[in-house]
Amino acid sequence: MIAWLTDPLAHGIVVRGILELTLLGVVSGALGCWIVLSGMSYSAESLAHGMLPGLVGAALLGVPVLVGGAVGLVIAAVSIVLVARVPQLDSDVAVSVVVTALLGLGVLMGLSPRTPAGLGEILFGDVLGVSDLDVGLAAGLGVAIVVVLVVLHPTLMAIGFDRAGARALGRSPGPFDVVLAVLLAAATLVAVQALGNLLVVAMLVGPAATARLLCDRMATMMLTATLVAFAGSLAGLYLSFHASVAAGAAVTVSILALYGLALTWRAARGLRARRTAAVPV
Amino acid sequence: MSPALTPGTLLVDADDLAATYPGATVPAVASATFVVRAGERVSVLGPNGGGKSTLFRVLTGELPLSSGALALPAGRVALVPQTERSRLDFPVSALDVALMGAVSRMPWWRRPSRADRALAREALGRVGLADRAQRTFGDLSGGQRQRVLVARALVQDAPLLLLDEPFSGLDVPSAERLRALLDDLAAEGRGLLMATHDIEQARSWDRVLCLNRVQIAFGPPAATLTEEVVERTYGGEIVTLPGGARVGILPAHHHDHPDGGHGA
Repeated sequence: MIAWLTDPLAHGIVVRGILELTLLGVVSGALGCWIVLSGMSYSAESLAHGMLPGLVGAALLGVPVLVGGAVGLVIAAVSIVLVARVPQLDSDVAVSVVVTALLGLGVLMGLSPRTPAGLGEILFGDVLGVSDLDVGLAAGLGVAIVVVLVVLHPTLMAIGFDRAGARALGRSPGPFDVVLAVLLAAATLVAVQALGNLLVVAMLVGPAATARLLCDRMATMMLTATLVAFAGSLAGLYLSFHASVAAGAAVTVSILALYGLALTWRAARGLRARRTAAVPV
Repeated sequence: MSPALTPGTLLVDADDLAATYPGATVPAVASATFVVRAGERVSVLGPNGGGKSTLFRVLTGELPLSSGALALPAGRVALVPQTERSRLDFPVSALDVALMGAVSRMPWWRRPSRADRALAREALGRVGLADRAQRTFGDLSGGQRQRVLVARALVQDAPLLLLDEPFSGLDVPSAERLRALLDDLAAEGRGLLMATHDIEQARSWDRVLCLNRVQIAFGPPAATLTEEVVERTYGGEIVTLPGGARVGILPAHHHDHPDGGHGA
């Protein structure tokens, strides 16, 4: 049993993977709660998928993935804004059209024989292959995001709770929406290295969605989301090590399993409350 | 937490105010000429889509005027939204919500101080919810939530409160309690502007502003709420604008919440 727990830790890549996912978990805990509560989950997924051509392009040209991803994000964002201006389409349709097109383009580019890194690695990430640079970036990002969110906390709370009321309080929501979108893009860019284009959303949204089911205060929700991300990452890496399955996918499945547990717990609690309430007084 | 305004101080001075939503050709509210003074309770009466919410959006600065003039000599305006439209799923306590009022006095990088917390507790006490401070906002009753939102406005300490249908959905004891609270706030010198579609409610306040996309009338309810005015506020499907232009009334809710969503 002890060996089962300690064996994976003897491997440097596993320890580095844990470190990387822990840092991303802090990002996900703090930022993910705002993404979930401001209804930005669809944007998160769209940005992550829409940046695929940029990632594949970077691999084809041999430039750093971070640069390719950033260019891909800008292209995705600009395309969405442009298509949303077509009067006959509402914004959901515009996002779907653009993201599907970009994802398709990315896959097409990725299947070209000249692509050096496998398409699989770009789509599903490589938690166990993260470099020191990746871990450093995740640490920097974690600190930056936590600082911004702590400073803006009172304003974000006022806006998230009541947008019109926040305006009367002298806080126009617009600039703060932009800040959240920029933080989301930055988090996606850094996390995509470890978790890949398709799975990164699970890490950004899953833990916060789980915490949402368990908490009724913002601070506890953020803390819980961070713990869920950490627990899911650890469980996923152990599953990957012992069952020899893909690490990123194992982490995703573990986080979703925790979401399922939280959902079950909540349903059971609701059922119990209803039964208690039904007892005649 | 007292606005220290002498009764009669001018809080709102609207002169032929009109506002049009971006992309719309017909103003959502037009020809609004009215004043609100400290200590006055003014109801804004009209059907759904009559321009009550639009007028509030103009007063909070969310929507610009398309013509006319608006002065808010005492500055700050606090919005008390309908509890039915506030977010019940947001993970906050009653105290957290009351404390949000302090945001209006802070630059964006500051956090609420201990004094702000004390003020928020005091405001919750003022609305009779001192013992509910740590309860989750979404778990409170409709009347309690409405009073928490009033507490937020008290912490904001604005001389003018905009109340959006504050009595809708409240049971009789909750409504009585809220009515007494609002009367107290007016008595200490705050101005109250309340959107309502309840004519009886409007009769019990100091002044009434009748809106049906244009201002129909403004004045003391006894003299203002004639059968003809009520008929024009709620009645026919066609309104005659000043100048003789005739416009159809859009279906209820048509322009009520063009910005109902949250950041995409």
